Amino acid sequence: MTGALAFQFYFFALLAIVSAVLFVTRRNPVPAALWLVNVMFALAGLYVLLEAPFVGVIQVLVYAGAIMVVFIFVVMLLNLGRSAVSDLRGLAARASAGLVSLALLAALLVVRRPALPELPAREPTDNVVTPVAASLFTEHLVAFELTSLVLLVAVVGAVLLAKRREAA
Amino acid sequence: MITESLVVSAILFVIGVLGVLTRRNALILFMCAELMLNAVNLSFVAFARLHNVTGEVFVVMVMTIAAAEAAVGLAIIIALFRHLGSVDLSSLRSLRG
Repeated sequence: MTGALAFQFYFFALLAIVSAVLFVTRRNPVPAALWLVNVMFALAGLYVLLEAPFVGVIQVLVYAGAIMVVFIFVVMLLNLGRSAVSDLRGLAARASAGLVSLALLAALLVVRRPALPELPAREPTDNVVTPVAASLFTEHLVAFELTSLVLLVAVVGAVLLAKRREAA
Repeated sequence: MITESLVVSAILFVIGVLGVLTRRNALILFMCAELMLNAVNLSFVAFARLHNVTGEVFVVMVMTIAAAEAAVGLAIIIALFRHLGSVDLSSLRSLRG
């Protein structure tokens, strides 16, 4: 990985990490959600660099475009503008959270330590959806159909949960 | 690039964990869970680059489940807000011993 490719990769990687840190440190949910959208855009860039442009497009459409809009919509619905008090946990909880996070990061970095081969860039191609679709609709057809059932159950459950109960 | 992607994925996941452990706002907690799902997706895509396209299929599945999870989770948050008048998890104390 050299030159322009390396620059693009580190640009998007840095953008993702910085946006994630800003996301987690915002007190107000609305800027937090917008920084999370930024993380998702940066990740879409990384997916394209990893030669998965279809996943990158889906990332922008579904994650940044649909899921995060639902989050913002709930913030608006509940009128959670700005809160006077911080929602941070106490000092002891924060310190132990930092320790747990450090341990987890160390464990993850040790797990990935064996060096993976650096693959040469593939030939540019228009054929980006067909391989995913071929695998999705043949090898993983049952799982794909089951996700549709999961979505149906989730929609029914969400309506039932959020429905205002009649005063009994 | 694959190794570096896995490092970025680990860092993003840990930031998500840190958010879940230090915040009390239920909405922020949900967004941190989404961040962790995204970090895992990044390693799926990196391994898809290394092996075959199955990793990308997994990412599509993860996104579907994340959408379902967001719908149900946000409905629960709305119900919680109606019940308690806040989304602060420290106000949930009926199970505290």
